[in-house]
Amino acid sequence: MGEKKKKIIKTIKVDVDKCNGCRACEMICSAFHSVPKYSGNNPARSRIRVIREPLKDIYVPVYAGENAKAECMGRDKYVIDGKEYDECAFCRASCPSRDIFKEPDSGLPLKCDMCESDPTLEKPLCVQWCLVDALTYEEREEEVEEEVKLDDVETGLDSLVAKHGLQKVLDTFARMSQKGVEQPGEK
Amino acid sequence: MRYAETGFNLEIDLSRGNIEKVQTDPRLTELYLGGLGTNAKMLWDRVPPDVEPFSPENLLIFSAGLLCGTPATGCNRTIVSTISPQTLLMAFSMMGGFWAPELKYAGYDKVILRGKSPDLVYLWIHNDKVELRDASHLRGKGAGETAELIRKELKEPQAQVAAIGMAGENRVYFASIEQGRSSASRGGIGAVMGDKGLKAIAVRGTKDVNLARPAEFMELCSEVLKYIKYRNENPIPGVMPILAGLGSPQEMAVHDEKWHTENFMWGNSRLRRKDFWNKDIAQNWAETLDKMRTRLISCYNCPMKCGATISAPGIPTYMMKCFSKLTYTMAAMSDLEFGLRIAQQATEYGVDGFSAPQVMAFGLELHEAGILTDQDMAGLPTGNEEKFYWLLDRIVRREGIGDVLANGTYWAAKQIGKGADAFAHNNIKKHEQLPLKLSMLNPIYFLMYATGEKINITQIEGQFPQAPFVTREEREEFVKDWFQVPDEKFKQYLLDWEPRGEKSMPFYPTVQMCCDIVDWQEKMHYIDDGLGMCAGLSSFPLKPPYHIHNYPKFISAGAGIDMDEARLTQAAKRYRTLVRAINIRRGMRRKDEKPPENHWKKRFPELEKELLDTYYKFKGWNNDGIPTQESLHELGLDYVSEDFVKRGILTEQAGELPQGAPAER
Repeated sequence: MGEKKKKIIKTIKVDVDKCNGCRACEMICSAFHSVPKYSGNNPARSRIRVIREPLKDIYVPVYAGENAKAECMGRDKYVIDGKEYDECAFCRASCPSRDIFKEPDSGLPLKCDMCESDPTLEKPLCVQWCLVDALTYEEREEEVEEEVKLDDVETGLDSLVAKHGLQKVLDTFARMSQKGVEQPGEK
Repeated sequence: MRYAETGFNLEIDLSRGNIEKVQTDPRLTELYLGGLGTNAKMLWDRVPPDVEPFSPENLLIFSAGLLCGTPATGCNRTIVSTISPQTLLMAFSMMGGFWAPELKYAGYDKVILRGKSPDLVYLWIHNDKVELRDASHLRGKGAGETAELIRKELKEPQAQVAAIGMAGENRVYFASIEQGRSSASRGGIGAVMGDKGLKAIAVRGTKDVNLARPAEFMELCSEVLKYIKYRNENPIPGVMPILAGLGSPQEMAVHDEKWHTENFMWGNSRLRRKDFWNKDIAQNWAETLDKMRTRLISCYNCPMKCGATISAPGIPTYMMKCFSKLTYTMAAMSDLEFGLRIAQQATEYGVDGFSAPQVMAFGLELHEAGILTDQDMAGLPTGNEEKFYWLLDRIVRREGIGDVLANGTYWAAKQIGKGADAFAHNNIKKHEQLPLKLSMLNPIYFLMYATGEKINITQIEGQFPQAPFVTREEREEFVKDWFQVPDEKFKQYLLDWEPRGEKSMPFYPTVQMCCDIVDWQEKMHYIDDGLGMCAGLSSFPLKPPYHIHNYPKFISAGAGIDMDEARLTQAAKRYRTLVRAINIRRGMRRKDEKPPENHWKKRFPELEKELLDTYYKFKGWNNDGIPTQESLHELGLDYVSEDFVKRGILTEQAGELPQGAPAER
């Protein structure tokens, strides 16, 4: 049985009806994440993108989430208030099917970090720069039950044991520790 | 490393299909900033006065402003400069939207086009890859349609496209360049693009735009954002709603139709209908706009929603901004629904929303007066609204009478003869103006109309209230937080300005005060046009977030150029003078600098002469409006001076300022 813990969930509420399509969010996101901070800007590096089709009145600000290695098999369409949206319009993944949420130089995936910084910002910058209130920042407190999770190493070992058997893994481990395998961080 | 600007231009020779990437001289940025300033320098250096607008030697320059693509809110303007087929002077029409920042992100400050392509082409700029592509399949296509087709065929939904419609292709003198929700419309620059065989420029960029001193620059940006918020919550009391806030006049958001329909002129800028508005119309028009306006929209990196998406049943959706909402309606003496519908067609054809409706109303007036015959107008439908659709079609195709009207009211009247020029009554420097006819001469506006070289009153007015406040209390309230003034004296000018009596128009503000006021207003517009800043956040509205006190800091921190108020004032004056020099070299003189004769009912010839005499001196121009050698020297424009002397425009002697004249410092 896990322990009950309080956790702050950071959320950005996106009101697509209020978006004016100006892309200030993209600009300021890329400026904040440039190195040194604000030294340059480039919306192509932004972790938020406005999916924008003005003549169809489609304006969806969407944030970069996890990277997906493969594209979806089927991509559905959603009709909302008579407007047809690609499923991708709401998808946060950087994935092989599109060029957003990837560093234009390296192709490496980008992910929104809610402008994590020291000192902490009151709100993510995209929200601060959205004067039309399409983006609003909300924090809510949630009580979550912390279940005991296998940590990453244990998960990895579990699968090795499943594949090779416990004895073989133990033998290998003993042999490796005798050889003095290089530790991460020791060079 | 260059900051704010990229330091590179694209030079495109359309005749030979040659494309070059050229590094620019950073010293020119210090002297002329960017945008309009460096465009003017280029036109002076490379387009001699004998070059015709439709000559391969004419340049067509698309430029981002110096601060476009930086985080400065609202800095997104593309400044297009060339020689205008209509005025035969320098045209520097501009557009907001998304094009200029995208060009910066692609790694360029300007695209300079020369020559003429033998076949219709479009230019595709994708970072370092730049190519001319066949556009024969786009011939005759609408400007918006063209943009969509290009994005599709390039598979680049994020490309920004500036395109001409049929009007530009057929060299209509008031053809625009359209870019989604924005357009560069004045001066017929779309016709020059069409003449060059260029249908569109598509651009996509994924590079960085850098700042010299980021922390300082961002601090300035935060202040501007905070002030915009404050101004949005605190409109200025005592002025009409569209002038109370920031942005372009909020014609899309505000139901201001009553004011415009009662105060602006209908038809060919003829009829004032003071009793037009009533309850039924108010309800009907409000319903029309609310029904057709899908969303209020913005340009790049700007919270002001000056544009709108318009969807009228049965026709494609399009985007509109500002006063074109009413120009077609009022020219045709029709209703708002007609105006919003025909504007869709006009936007696709790519015509100027100020000139086109007036040209059509002018044509119909000539017909009514018997100057244009039934034969000239063969095929003209009987319905009033159908007539406008018919004329628009003839004009953009240059068919029949359309071929004459396509040259604008000034040139069409000359061609038609038979007294037609009396009907081309609303022009300055051969170019149609806003349909306004007023009663008492306004000395400030007299100077702005007469000497403005952007040929549009909205591109020189702003900052100073258009009319005096009625009570002293209102004036005191207004000047309280008026920190944008370059000098405290402007507050006193306003405090003393009365609606009637001794200190009222036309003799107050005094001639000298008028010079100060006009110079300040013009200066701010010229700075905006160098930086690429939208006038809606700077030179146009009252109490804007950008002004002479924070601009030098933006330029210093952004571009790394050492700048203060004096240096910025000097730079703006330098390229403002250069624009004048280009026009002087093309023949513009004092005789051309006058508002339409019927603009005001009550005129004061002696006062007007004194106004112009004094303003010319104040600007460092001689009595014919030509910059003097002394003032050119002060601005580091000796090369202009030498050229003027060589051409006999100035003689060593005549160029000198009269003794004791108050040259502007």
